[in-house]
Amino acid sequence: MVVPALAMFVVFGIVPLVGVLLLSFAQWDGLGAIHTAGISNWRTVLSDPALPHTVLVTFEIMFLSWAVQTPLSLLLGVFLAGRQRYRALLAVLYFVPLLLSSAAIAITYKALLDPNFGLGPGLHLGFLTQDWLGKGNLAVGVVIFVVSWQFIPFHSLIYQGGVRQIPTTMYEAAAIDGAGRIRQFFSITVPQLKYTIITSSTLMVVGSLTFFDLIFVLTAGGPGDATRVLALDMYKRGFQANLMGPASVIAVLLVVLGLILALVLRRLGGSTTASQQEGA
Amino acid sequence: MDPMTTSRRTFLTLVGGGAVAAGLAACGGTSGPKSSGSSTGGGAAGSGATYWSLTGQPQQAIREAQVKRFNDANPNTKIKQTEFQNDAFKQKIKTAIGAGQGPTLIWGWGGGGLKAYVEAGQVEDLTDWLAQQPDLKNSIFPSAFTAATVNGKIYAVPGETVTPIVLFYDKRAFDKIGAQPPQSWGDIMDLVPKFNDKGIAPFSLGGQSRWTSMMWLEFLFDRIGGSEVFQNIFDGQPDAWSDPSALKALDEMQKLIKANGFIKGFSSITADSNADQALLYTGKAAMMLHGAWTYGGMKGSGKDFVTGGHLGYMNFPPVDGGKGDPSDTVGNPGQYMSISSKASQAEKDTAKKFIANNTLDDATVDAWVKSGNIPVVKSAKDKLSSITDKNDAEWLKFVYDTAANAKNFAQSWDQALSPTAAETLLDNIAKLFQLSISPQQFASSMNAVIGK
Repeated sequence: MVVPALAMFVVFGIVPLVGVLLLSFAQWDGLGAIHTAGISNWRTVLSDPALPHTVLVTFEIMFLSWAVQTPLSLLLGVFLAGRQRYRALLAVLYFVPLLLSSAAIAITYKALLDPNFGLGPGLHLGFLTQDWLGKGNLAVGVVIFVVSWQFIPFHSLIYQGGVRQIPTTMYEAAAIDGAGRIRQFFSITVPQLKYTIITSSTLMVVGSLTFFDLIFVLTAGGPGDATRVLALDMYKRGFQANLMGPASVIAVLLVVLGLILALVLRRLGGSTTASQQEGA
Repeated sequence: MDPMTTSRRTFLTLVGGGAVAAGLAACGGTSGPKSSGSSTGGGAAGSGATYWSLTGQPQQAIREAQVKRFNDANPNTKIKQTEFQNDAFKQKIKTAIGAGQGPTLIWGWGGGGLKAYVEAGQVEDLTDWLAQQPDLKNSIFPSAFTAATVNGKIYAVPGETVTPIVLFYDKRAFDKIGAQPPQSWGDIMDLVPKFNDKGIAPFSLGGQSRWTSMMWLEFLFDRIGGSEVFQNIFDGQPDAWSDPSALKALDEMQKLIKANGFIKGFSSITADSNADQALLYTGKAAMMLHGAWTYGGMKGSGKDFVTGGHLGYMNFPPVDGGKGDPSDTVGNPGQYMSISSKASQAEKDTAKKFIANNTLDDATVDAWVKSGNIPVVKSAKDKLSSITDKNDAEWLKFVYDTAANAKNFAQSWDQALSPTAAETLLDNIAKLFQLSISPQQFASSMNAVIGK
């Protein structure tokens, strides 16, 4: 069973990675011949005055979308872990956003948020009639909101599974000791979910590096460059400006960044005390 | 207090939002590639040929009819047509050609994009073949060949329509403020506060698309400094973007933006959704600078806006003291068909036969004129008399005269420049319109990519 998996990983993981690394030292417009270019691409990209802003926006969206999604998914996951029937019904409804493609979600929100023909002007709601995607800070906020709306269901699902793994004996013991629901949540549920939180956070943080489709359709990086994240920057350089070399540099940076973040998050999980779960 | 109570309510609100969004998403429909042949693959298709083109009416139906006529007449060498949405097409065809999977017939806008194909050796030199087709060559407007020519050789055949950029306006809006359409740039600036006072946006603009904003600069550069300002940039002269006329044009542009000349939220409006046209025909905006191709859309979607005679149009007015010829226009002098150099001889022959017999034949010219467009052939003028609709006839005469009388018909900048320079240009235009960079910063960023 190892060989096919390894073959898949090499063909679809390692080979393209090496290809991108090589391309980052080459000059190619995607059409003609490939010429070696030494480190000139790296120099161009790293000295680009727009790069710090792009990196900043990437991290801003990464951090804020994590900060919004984690508490909401956790609470929702705990709620859905209950065995009541109405919760099972709600769970199905909550997962609807997960079934939609990012492009469809982006087009929908774009239409809803249109300052002239959207939801706000349509229903004559002043507070909804903002230039949502036309002002830098608002646009970042909208991106975070839509990302959260799309991915909270997925992370709730992870938390729901995590909560159901927690032995009920712990809650029974706590109840005997007189702990209320809030106390139980913070003293049992959250510590027991430590690994689930780390897994979910890793997925959120590393996944946010690849937010492309949603932002591309929703704002195309705009207004100006307010929502131009690294993944979008890579696409624009490579496929709109025909500069595959500099685009590959960004791709390599994204890979390195993703690896570092994943490793750091794993470390965070490993250094403290082990799970108190029965048999663990 | 039970913490679940509040969160439950919040969650239920989320559910409501989700259901609404899901319903709307279902209305969005799909717009993926649609193939009328059995395979959508690359060049290898027997002695037939492959052809990729754009979706969107009325152009789509006219292209489909061309292919149908060709396939009916040549059952052994059929053309397989695959259609894509505009933006998807631009990416897809570039990647496919680079990977050697491109179609035999390469549809495009000429200019810088075509030059990139030529430099990569991906398209056929059609100079000699066209010389053997004098009837075809002489029937086309000579101005259309500029964007098809690279280093003195012709690599594409002009086809389809000539579409200048036009200043559209809503006559009803001008009646409301009791003013006349602008005769100069000064008039435009004077009209801005008058419209804003009445709660009408002076100009509609799909700013997120960026090339929509670019059209403004194309005219301002021309009207203030004459056609040579952009010609110098195109020719790769160092620091050509810092020309005093260019800086003045950029400055005037920002003055109009600062005076609230454009609709609120313009930077989040896209042209692809036609929301910018909708702003004009629903009376939310008084004027709009846009391509001649939007006429058909406004006629179709704008209820009585066009048929009721409310739509006005004119060439961009002169700027006081400017050097440009007021007859000059910008836009697309035509669309272009090239032939892949990687195709087999039989495929190339099929493609050439299609271009010669079916892309500008009588039926096609007729169909273009009926759809409210001027095809790139001189014979279009003779067809105008057959138009019975009064509004269409006036419109077509206007487009024909604008194109035919233009002292200089400049190709859209993003098509004329290389893809690399065009992307930098569009990015900087977005920032210029956001007022986040000054004209000086714009010029120095653009000078850095001159000739690239």
